[in-house]
Amino acid sequence: MDNWKIIAKNLPRYILLMLVGVLFIAPVFWMVSSALKPDYEIFAFPIKWLPTEPQWQNFKEALTQQPFGRFAINTLIIAISTIIGHLLSCSIVAYGFARFKAPGSGFFFVLMLSTLMLPYPVIMVPLYIIFSRLGWVNSFAPLILPAFFGNAFYIFLLRQTFRQIPTDLEDAALMDGATTLQTLWHIILPLAKPALATVAIFTFQAAWNDFLGPLIFLHDQQKYTIMLGLSFFRGAYTVNWAHLMAASIVVSLPVILVYVLAQRQFIQGIAFTGKKG
Amino acid sequence: MIKKANPTYNRRNTIAFYLSISPWLIGFLLFALLPMGISLAVSFTNWDLIGSPGWVGLNNYQRLLNDPTFLKSIKVTFTYTFLYVPLDLLGGLMLALLVRPKLPGIGVFRSIYYLPVIFSGVTFVVVWMWMLNPEGGLVNLALAAFGVQGPRWLLDPNWALPALLLMSFWGWGRSMVLFLGALQAIPQEIYEAAQVDGAGKLRQFFRITLPLITPMLFFNLVLSIIATFQTFTSAFVATNGGPLDATLFLVLYIYRQAFEYFNMGYASALAWALLLIVLVFTLLVVRSQRFWVFYLGEEVHG
Repeated sequence: MDNWKIIAKNLPRYILLMLVGVLFIAPVFWMVSSALKPDYEIFAFPIKWLPTEPQWQNFKEALTQQPFGRFAINTLIIAISTIIGHLLSCSIVAYGFARFKAPGSGFFFVLMLSTLMLPYPVIMVPLYIIFSRLGWVNSFAPLILPAFFGNAFYIFLLRQTFRQIPTDLEDAALMDGATTLQTLWHIILPLAKPALATVAIFTFQAAWNDFLGPLIFLHDQQKYTIMLGLSFFRGAYTVNWAHLMAASIVVSLPVILVYVLAQRQFIQGIAFTGKKG
Repeated sequence: MIKKANPTYNRRNTIAFYLSISPWLIGFLLFALLPMGISLAVSFTNWDLIGSPGWVGLNNYQRLLNDPTFLKSIKVTFTYTFLYVPLDLLGGLMLALLVRPKLPGIGVFRSIYYLPVIFSGVTFVVVWMWMLNPEGGLVNLALAAFGVQGPRWLLDPNWALPALLLMSFWGWGRSMVLFLGALQAIPQEIYEAAQVDGAGKLRQFFRITLPLITPMLFFNLVLSIIATFQTFTSAFVATNGGPLDATLFLVLYIYRQAFEYFNMGYASALAWALLLIVLVFTLLVVRSQRFWVFYLGEEVHG
């Protein structure tokens, strides 16, 4: 009952929260409602909030119009590979920046951070030239390979995390003759699991949602990622909006699921990098 | 203050440092420095990716200054960025202030406001293409319920860019999370002290809250500017630059020159123009920070 008193006391704020909430929910509601509408209701006026009879087969029809299963597998291959790449490379590099002082270490740290400013469109043309010379265009390599060479955002995030871990344990392990890699693997990484999860989740979201990269490098429909497939989801002259909404819902589900399961890491990632995936 | 002695580096640490950062260093050389070098070299050629590149000197850069389509794309990109960024910061801050107090059920509202951010750029745009559809879209249906005939939004050259700005509110959750973090980091005692001194809510906001979140405002401003100058997906998917080039963003123009017309040289010159623009504005903001960004722990004068 105490909660109700607080709510009553803050009523104006709650009303505002609700109104803004409606604005934010409306597109999602309209997406779901439209996905279930039959053809003759999709353009109905006045507003038809819910379909008279939900057309569940819209989902099946939407997903079989294009090989979305293939797209999903392609995207998963890219996502899992880039997660592995980022976890391996970023941990090692972050460990270096967190623990070892060397001539030039400050310079390279600043250099790494400054690459965050480099717009991808500036390097997309030369990258295309390089990868087409190598004969790797229309393969996943241009999307996966760079992940094995670190990412400035995640290196920074992991470095901050590693620096908060006391060095006593490592010193003891090094005394006992452990190598640097062993201490990283057995001592640091287990203690940095939440940060590693943030990197993994963010990398997954970025790979799943990426558009410009796949658009440039993947040409065969068989190689398309899920977002590339969705963007080309149109008839020659018409758009079947119910199908498009149904497909949009399904392709968003994996990321929504991850968001629900790991909201904390998700928000932490945003708070840290300031960007969405 | 006594000057610190030069730090002594030991050999083992130096080797360990360079070994461990080598993946990034190699990646930096291969995927940043080398491409930039190639891009610069190609920008002086008329390469079409198939034939052999011919040296054209500064021609691509001269062409760029007289290319009405490039100038149009600059106009579109600047107009959008200068409206989008302030809206994003202001909107995100307002949402953060709204969901700031730890009230019952506030987590639900935070999640709702944040939800759209997890949609991909493509899905985000596709949803809004439908929301803004002149016939079946919820926006015009709602307007029609009030007897207002809504515009044709993305299909109308005059409304396409405003339509892209309109839908951007749905992504304010990203800024909200950043500002919420900054707000929650403000020590509560400061407000208590201000209350004792009789400062009202408005005064507290302008004298305490706002100055103390300027570092986050700065961080977010830099990120938002860099990201918005690179707008591509929404224009490519929703309008493909149209109608009548009304949403021809610079990156979309670079994409077309490179991957539709295969003018690698000209596309590279355009890319350098983008880099220059991003650098200039980032530097301007970074330079301006000493006038308006306050860091707690520094002495506050006045």
